[in-house]
Amino acid sequence: MAETLDFESWTCPLPLRDYPRVVLGHGGGGKLSEEIVEHLFVPAFGNPTLNALGDASLVELPPGHVAMTTDSFVVRPLFFPGGSIGELAVNGTVNDLAMAGAVPQFLTAGFIIEEGLEMATLGAIVQRMAAAAKRADVQIVAGDTKVVERGHGDGLYINTSGVGVVPAGVARIGPDRARPGDKVIVSGTIGDHGIAVMSVREGLEFETVIESDCAPLGTLAQSIVDNTGRVHVLRDPTRGGLAATLNEVARQSKVSIIVEDRQVPVKPQVQAACELMGLDPWHVANEGKLVAIVAPEAADEVLAWLRAHELGRDAAIIGEVRADRAGMVATRTAIGATRVVPLPLGELLPRIC
Amino acid sequence: MKYLDEFRNADIAKKLADDIHRITTRPWAIMEVCGGQTHSIIRNGIDQILPSGIELVHGPGCPVCVTPLDVIDQALAIAGQRGVTFCSFGDMLRVPGSRKDLFQVKSEGGDVRVVYSPLDAVKLAEQLPDRQVVFFGIGFETTAPANAMAVHVAKTQGLKNFSMLVSHVLVPPAIAAIMTSPKNRVQAFLAAGHVCCVMGMRQYPALAERFHVPIVVTGFEPLDLLEGIRRAIRQLEAGEARVENAYERVVTVEGNVPAQKMLAEVFEVCDRTWRGIGTIPASGWRLSEAYRDFDAALRFDVSGIRTLESPLCHAGEVLQGALKPNQCPAFGKECTPRTPLGATMVSSEGACAAYYHYGRFREADPVTA
Repeated sequence: MAETLDFESWTCPLPLRDYPRVVLGHGGGGKLSEEIVEHLFVPAFGNPTLNALGDASLVELPPGHVAMTTDSFVVRPLFFPGGSIGELAVNGTVNDLAMAGAVPQFLTAGFIIEEGLEMATLGAIVQRMAAAAKRADVQIVAGDTKVVERGHGDGLYINTSGVGVVPAGVARIGPDRARPGDKVIVSGTIGDHGIAVMSVREGLEFETVIESDCAPLGTLAQSIVDNTGRVHVLRDPTRGGLAATLNEVARQSKVSIIVEDRQVPVKPQVQAACELMGLDPWHVANEGKLVAIVAPEAADEVLAWLRAHELGRDAAIIGEVRADRAGMVATRTAIGATRVVPLPLGELLPRIC
Repeated sequence: MKYLDEFRNADIAKKLADDIHRITTRPWAIMEVCGGQTHSIIRNGIDQILPSGIELVHGPGCPVCVTPLDVIDQALAIAGQRGVTFCSFGDMLRVPGSRKDLFQVKSEGGDVRVVYSPLDAVKLAEQLPDRQVVFFGIGFETTAPANAMAVHVAKTQGLKNFSMLVSHVLVPPAIAAIMTSPKNRVQAFLAAGHVCCVMGMRQYPALAERFHVPIVVTGFEPLDLLEGIRRAIRQLEAGEARVENAYERVVTVEGNVPAQKMLAEVFEVCDRTWRGIGTIPASGWRLSEAYRDFDAALRFDVSGIRTLESPLCHAGEVLQGALKPNQCPAFGKECTPRTPLGATMVSSEGACAAYYHYGRFREADPVTA
């Protein structure tokens, strides 16, 4: 089990020690594949379902709607301040389930490993995945390993799929359910993850380390969803950031969203990094934040519930939903003017000067 | 955030705006020269709190926008060559050439990299001795010192595999070109604060006098811009035409003297074509004789490129302040940030992109949250 292994200074148990690096044979389905499963994945993720090592795992689900999702993780570098591809792979999928109002239950994990990846690196990432799964209270019940030739991957790609259950009686939540008058709440500071990754990827040196906010949002989301139907939308603003999330909701719900710029929580060091690179924190990815759009009469209560959770201490009401100009997101600027918040195009491009 | 929040204070902004309303008796057209200023004006909605008669005309000071098409096409041709590692600032990657952009070259297998400093490209050249590392050296007087330093360092180190594709442009000749244009409507200038930070203010009194036009050196934060606008209007209302410094915390009269020395050594003044505008005499820098070996346009055979500008694009008129972006027939239709016809729709400093992103939704009520 996870706690029996040293988290950071993982060393390969025999017989993996004979292979300091992953070789093509580790994905070939033979003896080496068996060894990597038995000595690396099973000890880390181990649970009765996975340990059976069948072609498919059989699981029992509690009553309610079943939520399913999948996500692939290709982050570079594999480790960054505040996390690694391992935590991301667990939390990313867990959070997608949580945003449907589901309690995350089971994950599968597919590893596409580039030949030559250090076994110790893979071991450390698997350990971090195991710890993240434990924290998120999900079991990894199936997996797959493929090894691609050197030069055909960035070290390691991970795909996770997840299954969760929306508890019976919980009202439906969805990006098309924002209603005019609703309040928009964000659970904490935005832009932390994207800036943390960018700061190591681009070799930028800041005076303070900016850590990723990577975290599982299951219990935070469960703390605000109930059977009253007052929470209309839950989204985690990952790629594309807050701007993309709000634009998607505005389009799907056929409403506009007006945000008070000054109310959006941004860490000073993230703001500073964005100013330096000519980026907008609204466009930068988050991995441990949620946006809740709730009925106006429930806003204060939901805010209090979020703030009572360790992942929601900096939660803030940032704006509201309007009926006019469907599909538009706008913000009130610091000097009291209004501007449109566009859907980001894609790649974040640092400005020339 | 320290040193920024102070210059975004809503109460002071309101006081400045009130003062501008009080002193303004008639319409004026003021050009902000720099694209960074355009971006800040639109992003913060500064134009929305000015008197209706005050028109902000967006100037040609976006380096991405004015880099001529033939130079972009040269960059694309060099970047696509085997053995070349092509380095650029991020927002040049999406600028359309005649047929494609640097992103497409990258997807076709070209080694195109985003760097944050030209010195990073020099380092890369040291690390990759078997590859030709080329840096795309564009921009105004602001980006030029670091580019000059990079070439200087490469020469000092005797690097044979580093070169620069240079297309630098200069602000004062552009101001003169705008003022002598028959279509000119500009009555005052907000000079680009960061250009003056490097070059100082000595080039501007002659322009103010020759064209009888107020020139106010202005910064980029909301309060900087409002103060620049206020001073420009005060001069216009009084019939004055002086050079004023509204960005004193950054700009001095003499500027950054060591940077100017480096520039004078590495670069020499040349005529330059501005995309959408045309050739302006003595409006650019190229590598000087002593550094000519580092000129990528000479090192690689990129002559004979034939350019093809979109006939629908009115970027030139936008850059000269003759047309507002949303008055262009292609704006938001054939031309969007996703499918830009001209560079002004690409850069975050480009007037068309700024309008597209921020400018289409003006009159919302205050948020009650």
